[in-house]
Amino acid sequence: MNIDLSNMTKGLRPFRARPGARRELEGLPRALLLIITLISASTLLMVAGFLIFNSVPAFRSIGLAEMLLGTSWDPTSHIRAAFGMLPLLAGTFLVSILASLIAIPVGIGCTIYLAEIAHPRVRAFLKPAIELLAGIPSVVYGLFALLILQDWLAGIFGLSSGYVALNGGIILAVMMVPIMVTLSEDAIASVPRELREAAYALGATRWETMRSVVLPAALSGIVAAIILSIMRAVGETMAVLMAVSQTPLLTLDPFSGVQTMTATIAIEMGETAVGSIHYSALFAVGTVLFIITLIMNTIADLVMRRFSEAYQ
Amino acid sequence: MSRRSREKLYFALFRGCGALVVMALVTIIAYMLIGGIGAIDLDFLTEPPRASNTRGGIFTPLIGTLYLMGIVAAFAIPVGVLSAVYLVEYQKQGRMASFWRIVVANLAGVPSIVYGLLGLGLFVYFLGFGRSLLASGLTLGVLVLPIIIAAAREAIQAVPPSVREASLALGATKWQTVRHHVLPYAMPGILTGVILSLSRAAGETAPILLTGVAFYMSGTPGSVFSQFMALPYHIYAVATQTISGMSGNLMVYGSALALLALVIGMNIVAIVIRKRYREKYRW
Amino acid sequence: MSQIEVRDLNVWFDKNHALKNVNMDIEGKRITAIIGPSGCGKSTFIRTINRMNDTIPSCSVKGSIKVDGNDLYGEDIDVTQIRKRIGMVFQKPNPFPKSIYENIVFAPRIHGVRDRKALDAIVERSLRRAALWDEVKDRLDKSAYNLSGGQQQRLCIARALAVEPEIVLFDEPCSALDPIATAKIEDLLIDLKNDYTVVIVTHNMQQAARVADTTAFFYLGELIEHGDTQRLFEKPDEKLTEQYITGRMG
Repeated sequence: MNIDLSNMTKGLRPFRARPGARRELEGLPRALLLIITLISASTLLMVAGFLIFNSVPAFRSIGLAEMLLGTSWDPTSHIRAAFGMLPLLAGTFLVSILASLIAIPVGIGCTIYLAEIAHPRVRAFLKPAIELLAGIPSVVYGLFALLILQDWLAGIFGLSSGYVALNGGIILAVMMVPIMVTLSEDAIASVPRELREAAYALGATRWETMRSVVLPAALSGIVAAIILSIMRAVGETMAVLMAVSQTPLLTLDPFSGVQTMTATIAIEMGETAVGSIHYSALFAVGTVLFIITLIMNTIADLVMRRFSEAYQ
Repeated sequence: MSRRSREKLYFALFRGCGALVVMALVTIIAYMLIGGIGAIDLDFLTEPPRASNTRGGIFTPLIGTLYLMGIVAAFAIPVGVLSAVYLVEYQKQGRMASFWRIVVANLAGVPSIVYGLLGLGLFVYFLGFGRSLLASGLTLGVLVLPIIIAAAREAIQAVPPSVREASLALGATKWQTVRHHVLPYAMPGILTGVILSLSRAAGETAPILLTGVAFYMSGTPGSVFSQFMALPYHIYAVATQTISGMSGNLMVYGSALALLALVIGMNIVAIVIRKRYREKYRW
Repeated sequence: MSQIEVRDLNVWFDKNHALKNVNMDIEGKRITAIIGPSGCGKSTFIRTINRMNDTIPSCSVKGSIKVDGNDLYGEDIDVTQIRKRIGMVFQKPNPFPKSIYENIVFAPRIHGVRDRKALDAIVERSLRRAALWDEVKDRLDKSAYNLSGGQQQRLCIARALAVEPEIVLFDEPCSALDPIATAKIEDLLIDLKNDYTVVIVTHNMQQAARVADTTAFFYLGELIEHGDTQRLFEKPDEKLTEQYITGRMG
């Protein structure tokens, strides 16, 4: 069989686009893809838009200062409903700090072990195991804290109830570690070999090489990993909801019950009437939460970018 | 202390941290396994809950979760993958490109409860879907979108430029190059991201709490506009709202074990695909 | 009239002026070699002939390239038609991670050949033309990645020939290959000029001397000299050419 493909086009005007040819079809996928991308990107704007739109009534009727700095959150009081977010901010802050105090040292230690010390075979098993830990649903962590961890805490510290901020802090720490380890391990792995070898060649031990060369070089990557894992703690709902007895106290006592911003939204949204001040106030809590995470994300992004600029 | 023994001390410390993390994983899974394994049998999976969730099985919540995943997949996979294609293949470098990058990175950091608020405001009330399967599915779809975009983008970027050049040099259009080469070769990586994001959607509780999940329903949802039960919320509800006792605990551990099996199973599939794919295309 | 006429060609990558006022005529059914030190613009030059530089966003082109009298950079031009008729083989073999068969039929398919028998015939003809048929005819469904580097490069040549181009551009096609594989490709190049116009970029002067009818020497983005290969190597007109050929530069 003799096919001469060149005959298919030779008779036509060379290189000219044929009428209705592919060139127009080429614009179509481009436009469609752009529209789809705009849809997905606009979700961020929609999140912001709906949060602000719905929280305006609360800010307006209660007042920005009263909402952000008010020391009492008591939205269902019959005498005088109070919408001061400070207790909620303190609650989120407290459990996140407790979690960070535990998770940062353990996470960094685990990262160094994984990146530099572990036998390759151990590593090959451990890394996916830690990724699995990151994949476990938060409700399962919450269940563990609710049924088991609080019992242990109550026993150890002689508490009448284990549903305290520390209980939430510990379970959040368990949830933070996998994110931190996975991200900061990447940062350590991308420190160029030559740097380590230079240190080894000068007679440094493994630990000295790590401490004085590898860790400083990976520092901004590790810092970004820490920030992103703290974000996980700040934004977590179910685990703290189940681990901590939700009481909106303005306290930094790890053995007290507290109420986080996330849990407030989750518990109270079901009981509010649409369009009420309470409904709007919960959106306002979401708005503040959203702004906090945006700020943290931006910081992590800036730190990370500095890191990738240094080693490319 | 000598340099050597100091190194030994530090290394022991780091080993301890590693061991602690493994212990946490093992402890949590062990408790779920020991507590729940007695509950799991065929009846548990195929029977609906009875007696205000204290007896019976998890059929209704399990089906609800599978339906949710279906809606998430139908929405988030095409939108996410095609967005990634646009961002990598069509978006010119420059200010817009870094704008998109920042948007996607920020979307990934938004707390899930905030997505719940979006779902409540947008899907439940503004678009009028009500508290429903559709509203919850779309909310979760939006939530996993950045995960799918990031995974797909990485997979597409990993396809070497030489392959694109080869295709373009043969007279293929950009779209033909994407459709016949870039997407097929990136597919295993995309698939990994898709499976991980579906497993994330399956385990999320907070967003569906605000957008339509029910404490108890007598049957599986009849349409996308009806309310539904879902496994993660079922766990929360049973654990916190039923009178705790042996039967309740068995139910809740059993449900948690089922959810864990579903989620971890999907994670393992994703890991296997990723490993296979690294072996298949060594550029 | 020469088959390819390049007039006042200028190329920039952002501010970097990569090709400066190049004027050159390339004859049909011959092999033209482009030589010069790295960074002289030789790859940039042949990539303007099938408009592959269009894929680089920072690149801008001024001037004209006419093929059989038709300006490639004129208005209302379909670049896919250009690239169909002006094939290209790259520096590193870049087969698709698909079967040998699928590698060859991709281009005919997108250009409209659907018939299975016709595609089979194209595969055989292209592979024969690229002197690869006997080595792979029993494993057309196997991945192209299982072939050796030299075989992969001949597959890429066969792939380019599958749509019956009139001109084939080679961008340092042997730089990643061993001497034996290189010799095979060179034999193939000489054979191809019976049917095709061949333009080859090479950093290897012996290769240019062995295969090319005419040779062009580029230096810092300018075409210094273009002429009969033997004459250019033995008695170059320009001092720069002589310095490069005798190895005092480069």
